[in-house]
Amino acid sequence: MRPIIKVENLGKQYGFGGLHPAYMTFREAAAAAMLKPFKRVRRGLPAIEERLWALKDVSFEVEPGEVVGLIGDNGAGKSTLLKILSRIVEPTTGYFELYGRIGSLLEVGTGFHPDLSGRENIFLNGALLGIKRAELQRRLDEIVSFSEIEQFIDLPVKWYSSGMYLRLAFSVAAHLDTEILTMDEVLAVGDISFQQKCIDKVNEIRGQGRTILFVSHSMSAVTRLCERVILLDKGRVVKDGPAAEVVNDYMGKSLNVTAVREWPDPQSAPGNEVVRIRQVRVRTREGDTAPQVDIRNPVGIEVIYEVLQPNQILTPSFDLFNEQGVHVFAVHDVGPKWRREPRPVGRYVSTMWIPGNTLSEGHLLVQSSVLSYHPGLRLHTREPNVVTFQVVESAEGDSARGDYVGAVPGVVRPLLPWQTDFYQTTDIAPSVIKGLSGV
Amino acid sequence: MGITGNESVLESAVSKRHTPATRQEHAAHSSLALPENPLIKGGAAGGAWPALNFRELWSYRELLYFLTWRDIKVRYKQTAMGAAWAVVQPFVTMLVFTLFFSIFIGVPSDRIPYPVFVYAGLLPWTFFASSVNNCSGSLVGSSALITKVYFPRMIIPVAAIAAGLVDLAVAAAILVGLVFVYGLSPTWSLLMLAPLVMLTTVLAIGVGLLISALTVRYRDVRHALPFVLQIWMFASPIIYPQSVVPVKWQWVLKLNPLTGVIEGFRSALVGREFDWLSLGLAAAISFSLLIVGALVFRRLERVFADLI
Repeated sequence: MRPIIKVENLGKQYGFGGLHPAYMTFREAAAAAMLKPFKRVRRGLPAIEERLWALKDVSFEVEPGEVVGLIGDNGAGKSTLLKILSRIVEPTTGYFELYGRIGSLLEVGTGFHPDLSGRENIFLNGALLGIKRAELQRRLDEIVSFSEIEQFIDLPVKWYSSGMYLRLAFSVAAHLDTEILTMDEVLAVGDISFQQKCIDKVNEIRGQGRTILFVSHSMSAVTRLCERVILLDKGRVVKDGPAAEVVNDYMGKSLNVTAVREWPDPQSAPGNEVVRIRQVRVRTREGDTAPQVDIRNPVGIEVIYEVLQPNQILTPSFDLFNEQGVHVFAVHDVGPKWRREPRPVGRYVSTMWIPGNTLSEGHLLVQSSVLSYHPGLRLHTREPNVVTFQVVESAEGDSARGDYVGAVPGVVRPLLPWQTDFYQTTDIAPSVIKGLSGV
Repeated sequence: MGITGNESVLESAVSKRHTPATRQEHAAHSSLALPENPLIKGGAAGGAWPALNFRELWSYRELLYFLTWRDIKVRYKQTAMGAAWAVVQPFVTMLVFTLFFSIFIGVPSDRIPYPVFVYAGLLPWTFFASSVNNCSGSLVGSSALITKVYFPRMIIPVAAIAAGLVDLAVAAAILVGLVFVYGLSPTWSLLMLAPLVMLTTVLAIGVGLLISALTVRYRDVRHALPFVLQIWMFASPIIYPQSVVPVKWQWVLKLNPLTGVIEGFRSALVGREFDWLSLGLAAAISFSLLIVGALVFRRLERVFADLI
């Protein structure tokens, strides 16, 4: 298949330091010109290398209909890449070819003038995005109703709340009909119902066979919306492949954490004279180390530790944190076998099992500790961010998500039983129903 | 990152994540007709001078229209007098100039009533000066647009000038009134006003493009401009006729393209002979400035988003 986007050796260098300040005044330019002969003497200095490459040697192709995610740390070059493809900035090296028009949801609300009404701004914004006036006129009702601010459409937008403003701006951009669409963190703003609308729109656009380049810091949004992900680091493409794989790689790299952690040297292993942790890993029922787990399957967190002193009563414990740093839960070993039982010196393997359909999608970080409750409370070791794993959603409809495709909020996502009773008559008072259903 | 490697990766990604329904859709998209040649090409231009892309400018004419309309609409929002300001400014200036230069000092005016004489100079001058002034800040003021959307950047300063043309048209109403008050009989030369306004516009665009692009690079321009415009005003025969300058030095005055334009305005109004040499020179200089302005603009345009 022929690519719709072709990027070859793209590089963007930003001037830094004394050579190319953001802008020069006449005086500085004149001074620089006068100093030029002297500069030449010092030409051996690595002036060029001092400058920052926001993007370097980036090459890839995108086929029509692909939804490609761009991820990476701040300053990795994601936005620069979109800006080059959108022809806002010019690359320093390389070239690109687009076999279709490109539009962007990047500039939500750009060109809106506070003194103009919502309706006037729709036309202005449309013209900026390259939508023809006739086309805009034809789809005006659709745009206005999508924005849900019909009754305020003739008021100046300076009187709008930020939510209304955003809705209106997104509505115009969402009606762009370009073959390639770029999105930069648009889903990060707005309330939940609006975010849902945006995601529905993305799914709709995807269904139309248009190509989408999606930049986001939300790893769960990227894995859900994109089939392919390109990971950028310091301006270079470091990985390009299936979404879950690349996202997981990135999470592991950026946190310097993987699904398994070992301490081969007993001296430096976390712990004290009583106990030392030697290995922690995330495992499946089959015993494999698992960086990714299906949301429906149970996942085990296993800790291997060595007890160095006899007759100690020990309790291993785990804490789970999600991507946002929310403490999802804290658990410790309440199994009957070693509870309140002094342990002989030796090696122990404890596994905590999280049932399937418990955790939400996304990445979880595990903190591993070993404590004593008897005779007094004592913390032997606490190791944060030892291992990480990703809970991925299936699209088969038998998880708690059901038939819903958007972002599901919440720290946990239990699959709970539901009961619905049916009554033929509609004139039963609510209080009676309350009694009937036994609540 | 190898291109060939991606295809196999992509295949597995598609088959892994797509439900049967969407896979079918995906197959349908494969037949999506792509153009033979890229619609958009971009790359490192190095030191080349980019050409003007007239077709693209034309395709963005609606944006020019909307930006002009926005400028006009916003300019007089929340003002009590609205568009009347476009009339008040040159009119009051005309009264003050008439009082001081004609009545008190007695500046000659080539046997044209001084108010008509000075107004015919103020009209193109005000348009030109305010255009250049508005152009100067236009790009920096539109940084939100420039760093976020692609469109031919030239549209921004040109829209600022187009909005000025509307003011010019409103202010010209006074001129019509003055012509009647002083009982000047209109002649066919009045038709020359249209090409004269066009010539002023060409000059304003040329200088405006140059100034707006330079302002992005050197913010000093903003400080220098009011001062330069003030000198330019006195170097144009607005309050005085060309004839007060010694004949020996009149050629210097003629190098100012506004000299030809302003004298042309007066000739058109009172039906006197046009100074074609002066007009031809003004046209040649204006069009040259337009070309230079456009080229410099295109050259600097590429780094606007980086600098702004």
